[in-house]
Amino acid sequence: MSLASVTDTKLSRRSMLKGSAAAAGAFSFGFAIPFDEAQAQGAVPEINAWVVVQPDDKVVIRIARSEMGQGTLTGLAQLVAEELDCDWAKVTTEYPTPGQNLARNRVWGNFSTGGSRGIRESHEYVRKGGAAARMMLIQAAADGWKVPAAECSVAKGVITHKGSGRSIRYGEVAAAASKLQAPANVPLKDPKDWIIAGKPLKRLDTADKTTGKKVYGMDFTLPGMLNAAIKDCPVFGGKVKSFDAAKIKDMPGVKHVLPVGDSAIAVVADSWWRAKTALDALPITWDEGEHAKVSSESIAAWLKEGLDAPQAAVGNQNGDVKGAIANAARVIEQVYSYPFQNHACMEVMNATALYTPERCEVWTPTQNGEAALAATAEASGLPLAKCEAYKIDLGGGFGRRGAVHDWVRQVVAIAKQIPGTPVKLIWSREEDMLHGRFHPVTQCKLTGALDKDGNLTGLRMRISGQSIVAGIFPQNIQNGRDPVVFQGLNPPGPEASIGYTIPNLLIDHAMRNPHVPPGFWRGVNLNQNAIYLECFIDELAHAAGKDPLDFRRALMKDHPKHLAVLNAAAEKAGWGTKSPEGVYRGICHTMGFGSYVAAVAEVSVSAEGQLKVHRIVAATDPGHAVNPAQIERQVEGSFVYGLSAALYGECTVKDGRMVEENFDSYQVMRMEDMPAVETVIVPSGGFWGGVGEPTIAVAAPAVLNAIFAATGKRVRNLPLKNTDLRKA
Amino acid sequence: MAKLTINGKTIDVVVEDDTPLLWVIREQIGLTGTKYGCGVAQCGACTVHIDGVATRSCTMPVSAITAEQKIVTIEGLSPDGNHPIQKAWIEHDVPQCGFCQSGMIMAAAALLQANPKPSDADIAAEMTNICRCGTYNRVKAAIKDVAAGGQLGRG
Repeated sequence: MSLASVTDTKLSRRSMLKGSAAAAGAFSFGFAIPFDEAQAQGAVPEINAWVVVQPDDKVVIRIARSEMGQGTLTGLAQLVAEELDCDWAKVTTEYPTPGQNLARNRVWGNFSTGGSRGIRESHEYVRKGGAAARMMLIQAAADGWKVPAAECSVAKGVITHKGSGRSIRYGEVAAAASKLQAPANVPLKDPKDWIIAGKPLKRLDTADKTTGKKVYGMDFTLPGMLNAAIKDCPVFGGKVKSFDAAKIKDMPGVKHVLPVGDSAIAVVADSWWRAKTALDALPITWDEGEHAKVSSESIAAWLKEGLDAPQAAVGNQNGDVKGAIANAARVIEQVYSYPFQNHACMEVMNATALYTPERCEVWTPTQNGEAALAATAEASGLPLAKCEAYKIDLGGGFGRRGAVHDWVRQVVAIAKQIPGTPVKLIWSREEDMLHGRFHPVTQCKLTGALDKDGNLTGLRMRISGQSIVAGIFPQNIQNGRDPVVFQGLNPPGPEASIGYTIPNLLIDHAMRNPHVPPGFWRGVNLNQNAIYLECFIDELAHAAGKDPLDFRRALMKDHPKHLAVLNAAAEKAGWGTKSPEGVYRGICHTMGFGSYVAAVAEVSVSAEGQLKVHRIVAATDPGHAVNPAQIERQVEGSFVYGLSAALYGECTVKDGRMVEENFDSYQVMRMEDMPAVETVIVPSGGFWGGVGEPTIAVAAPAVLNAIFAATGKRVRNLPLKNTDLRKA
Repeated sequence: MAKLTINGKTIDVVVEDDTPLLWVIREQIGLTGTKYGCGVAQCGACTVHIDGVATRSCTMPVSAITAEQKIVTIEGLSPDGNHPIQKAWIEHDVPQCGFCQSGMIMAAAALLQANPKPSDADIAAEMTNICRCGTYNRVKAAIKDVAAGGQLGRG
């Protein structure tokens, strides 16, 4: 029995029922038992923190990162299973809880699941976990046979002694293996010898997603649970001035009307629909505060001023860009802009909490269980050791559910006012749209210097606008500089480096932070930076009268990995060959989250200005490809997320609040917009890059450059819905 | 008070007349496979069948439905997840986060029942559900596979 499998609702309910018979504080019984205690109670012992082998050979692999659709659960399990040499058909997974991680000196490392880091940052220690378990299982078999372990081999969880031909299953030696010392030296396989990792295996978590059995946070229930709906002041930074609970207290099902902090009101009822209905009827007067007059226009004007401001933090610099511009045969200068966007996860923010003065527990979809636990402790006022957060698989994350756990703080604040009663908070879609952590808003002025032969001699990029880090981790801002703001533009190195050598270069950032809370939004700052750089490079190529691919190649001699994926995409797409009648191509590339990516888009634009994206060819070099089938899905999905942003994504600020409240005004891509996507995976080895995010960033520039090829129009302000693409 | 026939069972529920069918299904009946995504019939996560027609249950007041009408949710699509669409979904490894997939599957099943050989344009026109992970091409491939197999449609 898996004591940590919080998504197993049968177990959850059983545990909860068991607990509810005792003191309220014992509600957690069954969830909070650390694995080692569980073993003392007679459960199947773990081989190590990562691997449990049951007597029937079922292998339970522990996964620290969160599954939100990206397939990390399957990929990480593949890496462990590869080194374990178990039977993949017998693999299941479970999440250790954040509390267990803390109690065991963070034996599972970082829980944070963002920045495409699940595999790239934990591949080594999870593989060592699998390899160490294999060595212990073999040692246990060898001890039993009284032969040297070196004479034994294993395949699919069956250990064989070469000399005698005897064999034994993992399940038969697991108990003995669990008592052995962990080996000190744990060599790993050469990836070229992989038989489970590196293969296009199917996901482990699909079946329940096709039958409705999968329990998401929104579906989670506890006995006696109440349901809460919430409204936070629509103007960011505003507060509740007053509310009239008497007006709704007699509405069906209403139990409580509760303030949540100083800015929000929750209605708690027997069902969520009744809570929401009563909340909609509740008279609330807001103190909208100092930002009530801010608009998208006022923010844009402020950012525009930053484009020429004297003070800015430098991200990348070489040579003398001023001189290059002064001495140029031609100078091209343009300004681009990128709007606020909401993550718009399909599953709105939600969490369930149970508070007693002795203990506080939260069940929630989160990209970072440990951050959810920390938020629980802070909001409850209880020490970490008296709190627990249980992760539930996410109905989309995209960065919204990682760094900031505002909804967790809210549900704990509600639960704290009704101790002993479990309560589930679900945001309405409108609340989710109004209170996102938005893609940062920026503008960028780019100045390019060309010599008489059309060679790029200098590039100046001034980014003006919002810093996510300043909004979320202000302690990481040093001397006014946000290092993350330069993603994709960094000097040569292993992360987010620019793929060009330009003799004179200056890239800097004038920070302007509006009152709208920013967030890490899948692709993060690579999204706008790739548009700014790659569309402007396209403009420069056009101005120089050169082919956009050739113009880039000339600047990429010292960037072989960037160049290789660019070439891979160009070759597969047939760059330079004739495209179908009326279809035009655009190309771009970037590097971020440890991986190199490139794309070619094929589009047509009708006389009425209707854009059709026909085909995308996308190349990616993530170093090692742990599951090519799932990488393909991440790449395809990246075009949905990236093109949704490019075509439609815009949250408009008016009177200090967001205007778009639902999918009718915040449109996203649907099937009719979806192009064919051909994915080229070119893992070059020697490094580990992410795959969930980098490709987002090439979606928009590839399409925008193709639109220019089709129409002669440069779209410099996103989203595209605001531009008339009819031929002039 | 309402009398509903869901997945072959007739059930009495005590709710306000204007309660959306979605929330009756989720909260009164306890079938949570049908999802809330938007509440304004935009995203399709709440799609169920009413007399075989794909219907967005989030904007359908429970009072508008009679006990004679047959409601089918994702839990009732097949006894053990073996509807041809569900099998094709597994074969194509369609879901990512999976949250929208109940609605996708219900929309696809209704589409093929009504139009066993849909063109790409038919699929795009009928499958207007939102998926933020971006499974559209896999959804389309799975639907086309089932259509090619000829297992669904008007008998």
